Amino acid sequence: MLNVGKIEEGIVLDHIIAGKSLSIYDSLQLDKLDCTVAIIKNAKSSKMGKKDILKIECDIDKVSLDILAFIDHNITVNIIKDGNIVEKKDLVLPKEVKNIIRCKNPRCITSVEQELPNIFILTDEKKEIYRCKYCEEKYEERP
Amino acid sequence: MRHLMSPLDFSPQELNELFDLATDMEQNPEKYQDSCKRKILATCFYEPSTRTRLSFEAAMLKLGGNVIGFSDAASSSASKGESVSDTIQIISSYADICAMRHPKEGAPMVASSISSIPVINAGDGGHQHPTQTLTDLLTIRSLKGRLDNFTIGLCGDLKFGRTVHSLIHALMRYPNIQFVFISPDELKIPDYLVDLLREKNIPYKEVIKLDDVLPSLDLLYMTRVQKERFFNEEDYVRLKDFYILNKEKMKLAKEDMLILHPLPRVNEISVEVDEDPRAAYFKQVQYGVYVRMALIYTLLNKTSKEVL
Repeated sequence: MLNVGKIEEGIVLDHIIAGKSLSIYDSLQLDKLDCTVAIIKNAKSSKMGKKDILKIECDIDKVSLDILAFIDHNITVNIIKDGNIVEKKDLVLPKEVKNIIRCKNPRCITSVEQELPNIFILTDEKKEIYRCKYCEEKYEERP
Repeated sequence: MRHLMSPLDFSPQELNELFDLATDMEQNPEKYQDSCKRKILATCFYEPSTRTRLSFEAAMLKLGGNVIGFSDAASSSASKGESVSDTIQIISSYADICAMRHPKEGAPMVASSISSIPVINAGDGGHQHPTQTLTDLLTIRSLKGRLDNFTIGLCGDLKFGRTVHSLIHALMRYPNIQFVFISPDELKIPDYLVDLLREKNIPYKEVIKLDDVLPSLDLLYMTRVQKERFFNEEDYVRLKDFYILNKEKMKLAKEDMLILHPLPRVNEISVEVDEDPRAAYFKQVQYGVYVRMALIYTLLNKTSKEVL
């Protein structure tokens, strides 16, 4: 059994679907942070069988939880201070996501216009449907 | 500043005011003949669309204004790789209002987000064509006297037809509208629209044959059934006659049913039907000019008075 130590201050993302931690690492742009990050893959989970965990030792304001909610709002977010969990954050689907995903509609203006941000708007909160701001194409697959 | 990207950008009350103005322009053209004097409309058409472009140009000329523009991307700086954002900034220095047709969906929205003049979406790919919907609504209101309390049949390609989708969205906002969707299985109305109608408790039915429902309709909106939309030739041959409106079929329709069509037609309405007083598709083209006149006038006035 591999052991990864506790972090003193930062965020622990728990209950990530097994195998998804690396794409979350990319989406949160953790490579740009100058801090310790532990990526734990395929950890045992009573709830999920297998799960991934990310431990990020940094100032919590440096991580955008909006993006995380878009990727998977079932992820548990633990805020750690002085080595203890001080808060469990509920993730709420963001109303808008910018430059996280690209519109796949080949007829969309985002496919040709230079430096146009890819913006998706939450159009149906219940069904978790995001549509491209420009062509209104539904986004089908989460990162 | 106000733009027009989708037919739902205007509330039903605003549309009512727009249609009142369009009707006044139809009845008293001289009152408005100089109302846009010294104003310039730029028609930026990145793909050819003769009817829509000429309709916009005729509308501006009838208001006493002037028109500049291009009619396909090859004759614009887009062929040199210029972005829509850059083009609209240039056009804003030349013109007071812009009508934009673009093959890429959302292009007019990109233009409107940066433009210092009102932008009208004159059609963006398969996405929106709001002035066609305004035309349809004005035609119905002018010839039926109302935009509520009727049964409308939409016939033909209901899957890919953007004019059909926009019209359904627009009519959903009026009370007591019943929808009858007439199409082959391959070209049925998309699920998301059916879900929306169910959610709003708006009555609708889906049928394959036009004859079965023709007697119940107050309005019939015809569209073209394109051969290439079918999966196989056999189905096309079997079904195509269901969607051709001729004199014989018109005997089944109500005395005051109106036939609408966004045009161009191919063979889905026989030429013999043109003489029928219920055929409204050429009048629809005239209403298209009046509604564009009212739209240009309204957007220019809203801008100069900074109402919005």
